[in-house]
Amino acid sequence: MSKFKKKKSGDLPAISTASLPDIVFMLLFFFMVATVMREDTLMIQNDLPFADQVEKLQKKDLVMYIYAGKPSARYQKQYGTEARVQLNDKFADVSDIKQFIIEERGSKREELKNKLTTSLKVDGETNMGLVSDIKYELRRAEAFRINYTTRNGDASQNFQ
Amino acid sequence: MAKRSTPEVNAGSMADIAFLLLIFFLVTTTMENDAGLNRKLPPIQDENTPPPPLKKKNIFQVLINQQNDILVEENEMELGDVRQAAIDFLDNGGQGCDYCQGQRDPASSDNPNKAVISLQHTRETDYSTYIAIQNELVAAYNFLRNREADRLFQMSFTEMEANFNDAQYNGDKDLLESRIETIRDMYPMKLSEAEPKESK
Repeated sequence: MSKFKKKKSGDLPAISTASLPDIVFMLLFFFMVATVMREDTLMIQNDLPFADQVEKLQKKDLVMYIYAGKPSARYQKQYGTEARVQLNDKFADVSDIKQFIIEERGSKREELKNKLTTSLKVDGETNMGLVSDIKYELRRAEAFRINYTTRNGDASQNFQ
Repeated sequence: MAKRSTPEVNAGSMADIAFLLLIFFLVTTTMENDAGLNRKLPPIQDENTPPPPLKKKNIFQVLINQQNDILVEENEMELGDVRQAAIDFLDNGGQGCDYCQGQRDPASSDNPNKAVISLQHTRETDYSTYIAIQNELVAAYNFLRNREADRLFQMSFTEMEANFNDAQYNGDKDLLESRIETIRDMYPMKLSEAEPKESK
């Protein structure tokens, strides 16, 4: 009586995964477009202070970054706990800043040179002494446009 | 000869490859959009040139000592009060300022063009405290500029600046720029940052 033989039931039909690559590619393209490559590996602690009257940094390619703060835990044996300056991927001395600015400036197109901004990414616990030394060096290098890069938040959070 | 059908390429591992790429990009990129306080540093001045003469009443002195205490005009002040104190000082309008709404106290600043905020700190001051004060002082300027921009152009100053920097804004940018300049001239940001004091 094959006429009444029931269809095999019980095992579910396999879910088609044919569109899975498409979904993943979509995600991939989203991330490729929406993000930028991390430029520098941080060797210092970098808890930026909070501020709420911030302006966005325009045009990433016209920004030079100067980092400062205490060396992070795994570099403390070698470099101590005193706050230091980091340029590109290595620790530097304050007196190297001028050379760094000149090199950065040299790599940019002529008409953009006076639009360069220096972004100071300084750890909140750093003493102002180091920051004013950096600022003095920037003035010597004639890089007057600076940006104290901060996190977005109320200023009173800096005291916690 | 009979036509041979090409075997179908197995696309099962495509998802794995795409995942691999996706994870690579997730790890190596950042999404943060940096923002901060924009400042312009003064050029280095000759040691011998005397600073331009300023009346003492036109200077608003803010000092942060090594214990991160805030001293405004030599009185201790909480961070939350600095903004209002700066607004009162800038907006005082002792003479020659018809848009100021302050007390017109003859002992405070003449007009916003002459008013200078002097921010001093020691070498031991924390950077975070310094930024907090900078933030409050910028907030004071922004408050006054927003007020005037609202009154004259029915648009806040920060909004005008945001539009000006926005590449997709399709209004009249030249007009916007001239308006921004007008407001900047009414309340020019005169924030002097002296060299740090040596602590004793």
